Amino acid sequence: MKEELEKIREECQASLGLARTEPEISDIRVNVLGRKGSLTQLLKRLGTLPEDERREIGRRANEIKEDLEARVEECLRCIQEQERTEALEREKIDVTLPGRRMILGRKHPLTQTLDEIIHIFSRLGFEVVEGPEVELDYYNFEALNIPKGHPAREMQATFFISDDVVLRTHTSPVQVRTMEKKRPPVRVICPGAVYRCDSDPTHSPMFHQVEGLLVDRGITFSDLKGILTVFVHQMFGKETKLRFRPSFFPFTEPSAEIDIECFICGGKGCGVCSGTGWLEILGSGMVDPAVYRFVDYDPEEVTGFAFGMGIERIAMLKYGINDIRLFFTNDLRFLKQF
Amino acid sequence: MKVSLNWLKDYIDIRMDLKELVNLLTMGGLEVEAATPMGQGFEKIVVAEIQSIRRHPNADRLSLVEARTPDEKFSVVCGATNIREGQRVPLAVVGAKLPNGVEIKKSKIRGEVSEGMLCSEIELGLGKDASGIMILDSDASLGVNLGEALDLADTILDISVTPNRPDCLCVIGVAREIAALTDQRLKYPSLSLSDASSEIHQRTSVTLQDPDLCPRYVARMIEGVTIGPSPHWMRNRLEKVGIRSINNVVDVTNYVMMEYGQPLHAFDFELLEEGRIVVRRAHTSEEFVTLDGVKRTLDEEMLMICDGVKPVAIAGVMGGLNSEIRAQTQTVLLESAYFHPMNNRRTSKKLGFETEASYRFGRGIDYGGCLNAANRAASMIQKLSGGRVMEGAVDAYPKPIRPNPIRLSVSGVNRILGTEISTKQIKTYLTNLELDVRQEDEEKLIVTPPSFRGDLEREIDLIEEVVRMDGYEKIPLTLPQGPPSSEEMSRELIFEQKAKDLLIRHGFFEVVTYSFTAPMSLNGLCLSPDDPRRQCLPILNPLTADSSVMRTSLIPGLMETAHYNLSHKNVNLRIFELKKTYLPAQGERLPKEVKYLSGLAMGMDGEIHWASSVRGIDFYDVKGCIEDLFEFLQVKGALFDKAGDIPYLHPGKSSKILLGGEVLGVLGEVHPETLSHYEIPGKAYLFEIDFDRMVKNGVGEKKFRPLPKFPAVHRDLSLVVEDHLEAEKVEEAIRLFDQPFIDEIKLFDVYRGAPVPHGKKSISYRIRYQAGDRTLTDDEVNQYHEKVISRLRGVFKAELRG
Repeated sequence: MKEELEKIREECQASLGLARTEPEISDIRVNVLGRKGSLTQLLKRLGTLPEDERREIGRRANEIKEDLEARVEECLRCIQEQERTEALEREKIDVTLPGRRMILGRKHPLTQTLDEIIHIFSRLGFEVVEGPEVELDYYNFEALNIPKGHPAREMQATFFISDDVVLRTHTSPVQVRTMEKKRPPVRVICPGAVYRCDSDPTHSPMFHQVEGLLVDRGITFSDLKGILTVFVHQMFGKETKLRFRPSFFPFTEPSAEIDIECFICGGKGCGVCSGTGWLEILGSGMVDPAVYRFVDYDPEEVTGFAFGMGIERIAMLKYGINDIRLFFTNDLRFLKQF
Repeated sequence: MKVSLNWLKDYIDIRMDLKELVNLLTMGGLEVEAATPMGQGFEKIVVAEIQSIRRHPNADRLSLVEARTPDEKFSVVCGATNIREGQRVPLAVVGAKLPNGVEIKKSKIRGEVSEGMLCSEIELGLGKDASGIMILDSDASLGVNLGEALDLADTILDISVTPNRPDCLCVIGVAREIAALTDQRLKYPSLSLSDASSEIHQRTSVTLQDPDLCPRYVARMIEGVTIGPSPHWMRNRLEKVGIRSINNVVDVTNYVMMEYGQPLHAFDFELLEEGRIVVRRAHTSEEFVTLDGVKRTLDEEMLMICDGVKPVAIAGVMGGLNSEIRAQTQTVLLESAYFHPMNNRRTSKKLGFETEASYRFGRGIDYGGCLNAANRAASMIQKLSGGRVMEGAVDAYPKPIRPNPIRLSVSGVNRILGTEISTKQIKTYLTNLELDVRQEDEEKLIVTPPSFRGDLEREIDLIEEVVRMDGYEKIPLTLPQGPPSSEEMSRELIFEQKAKDLLIRHGFFEVVTYSFTAPMSLNGLCLSPDDPRRQCLPILNPLTADSSVMRTSLIPGLMETAHYNLSHKNVNLRIFELKKTYLPAQGERLPKEVKYLSGLAMGMDGEIHWASSVRGIDFYDVKGCIEDLFEFLQVKGALFDKAGDIPYLHPGKSSKILLGGEVLGVLGEVHPETLSHYEIPGKAYLFEIDFDRMVKNGVGEKKFRPLPKFPAVHRDLSLVVEDHLEAEKVEEAIRLFDQPFIDEIKLFDVYRGAPVPHGKKSISYRIRYQAGDRTLTDDEVNQYHEKVISRLRGVFKAELRG
């Protein structure tokens, strides 16, 4: 019986060594370890042996059983693993083939730029308001301290609808409309389309501006510098150099133009910055007391500042666009780039 | 305004390099847009003196010239005949390159050595004179580079002067700013003429009939002048700043204008009838021929300069042909006046032209400086044209203007600026600007501006001067203390952003088109004659006829954009615009501005791809997009109703979008007629939604619905119905059935063809049954489903399809 036992073990080990598939191994398992398997049968016969022989062969038989069970498991695991590896190999694809893309549209680059500006000013506590584009002369000029005949009117070539109705030349009238409706504090930005009779690669008869206004007690020129510095750093990067220089707008005093260092040439002077090393991006200033008169605010009590910027200009600088008209021809090849 | 750096140096020391100067001016408020060097390229062309002239031994027409500079002698062969010994002339030495490209080399001309070339004006690119060698002034410095000797080497600053600073429209004005910014005193030109004598009063007089428009008029006279060209230095200075040289009298008037900012006019006194000046308003429709030969029609608000009989100039704009300086002029009457700025601007605007003079008068000149400028010009004319300045000046100035003193509080300065500038510092800044400052107490100053600073009227104007002098860069950076705006973001803006987000996910590209359009552009929409969209708001002064009215619809812009893209081979298009339309409102001065959301789609539904197929975009793509939009924005209760009457849409493939019984918008296939009008081949689909109305009426709040606790059960059904039956009707019937457990109805198949009989179609629905409090049993669901089927059979005479 002992020899028989060793023979089962040897044969089983040999056939496991030859088995290549899962069913083959299952067969071996059934034939040796199954209910009617050779080893099981042999174990059943143990009882017929004398006591001492039975104990010895019994122990050995159990050793062999455990060993064979482990071997079968191991073989099975090996073969499964191999089969899986082969299957994975068979399922191989060409990963360099292009993927299935969704067609995603895009917001217009002007909208993207405006969204970014709104986002920055929202975080600074500004609210967005809008106003009419076809505007009364009163709001576009008069109430902004630009009376009829003022030379500043000539700075803004105006489209007229009638004697006293114009296409607004800037978003500044929304300042006045807002202050008419609301007592201070006022913290708003006003985006929208504006119009001037001008057309060339850098001027479009329609373009977009964002106006900002902050009026409250104790607002100073240093606050203007602070807020707009934060804006420039968030919009163009915090390493961006900027400067505030004196300028003139009829509805602010003192007025300041904000330039950023030309990022094309790094301030050395190039075609984009007309050799000056600086790019003009914002107009601003302390709200002129004359404007408060029109909206019944007391300039002794409140002060404030206003600013305005051209969205096209900012987008052109940000993306390096050289012709403003591209924004309005809406060529898909252009729109897809943003 | 163009300013010559050399000219500036007449009045002020500039102890800094160009870059620093540009920065100083720009940061002081005079933005330098460009600093252009000029008069370069005269290397190796020097001033030389002719020592001897001999005949060339081998050529009759040539001479041998000996010329010298302090260090060297040159032998030059020359063909010109206008040279004399002792003259100073430009000599191009070996190695020089002339503006016309000629390079000077040492050469032998007919056997004689030539070590350079004497040059004519044309060869140097300095003039048109080719007749002989350019003869320089006898005091030109020998050996000096010609560019320097002729004051050609210079830098021209192009300064953008803001409308509030007309005082800087002249060289002295700019120099004054530099002086204030660098703490220097300005060197004003010395004026030696006396104006006390009364000689001039015996010859002429000035009558101001309208002193409101001409508060001051100064006249001086110069007699015995000889009209001729100005000397080189004068021509050069004027030409460098863009003024054409005319003659030695007119040039002086322009020179002094550029110097002092006071426009002057010179009349030929002999042409002034009765020898006197009358300043009056023009008569209605009076006609007058200006210097440029153009006949102008005047009105009674325009101010004229007249002699005893007739007008001779439009005040402050342009002189007349009838009194201009002629070659034979001997006596000059010089006008130096102050005209009312607003009236002057009105006149030049109405006449449609602007001159250097009107540009300055219109912004306001220095009323206190009229006499100085007249004196300066008179003495220069005397010097340049050999006449004699008649003694005395007529100064018609009935009501001398006095600038008002302004109170300035130091705490006011610092309150606006957020600074701590001291009283002493403020006084220094303002004094440096030639303002008169009196100190009332530690806190209050009384400041009187000079007559050239008409822009300084209020305290805030002075505060601006203080911060300009202090330097904007010195102001600290702070953030405002107050609270943020407590208003919530407007619903409109939020939904605008959401709508755009949804559309781009559907593959739509946002476009932005002009708000103005051609009146014809609407024609393609084939609107009925009484459609309100035909009433476009016209622009009085459009740039072109194609942009002469405000749009009443976004559709034409989308069509034109589609046409543009198709012609550039962008054939798969999905575009939208969310912008305003402008509808004139009866009895209102301003139109109604209504935001629309409109879109257009055409071409294929995707890009060609190796693993997927593409199909043409159709009605249901666009409809699905709008359905998604409504769901996303929580627009509840919108209905799509068939619409056969939208003129620009296919009558059988168009729908009105209804919300609360009102039309919110339309969608559908574009009518072939409309397509052909915009030259768009193929098929296109569009939608158009009144965005403002949608935001106002249709947008609901999002509300959480608890998730069902029990599983849902699906049942499908297929019905054979009349082909013309609208799907909406069936779904509506199922809903009206009021079955509480029907949770969702999905139409998943529409089929025509065998075995469905002709004239009929099969439609298939999947209905989801769901109860909130338990799991529905199969039997229950079957029972409900049977009821639905039998009802539909009854209502639509439908057959159940197996």
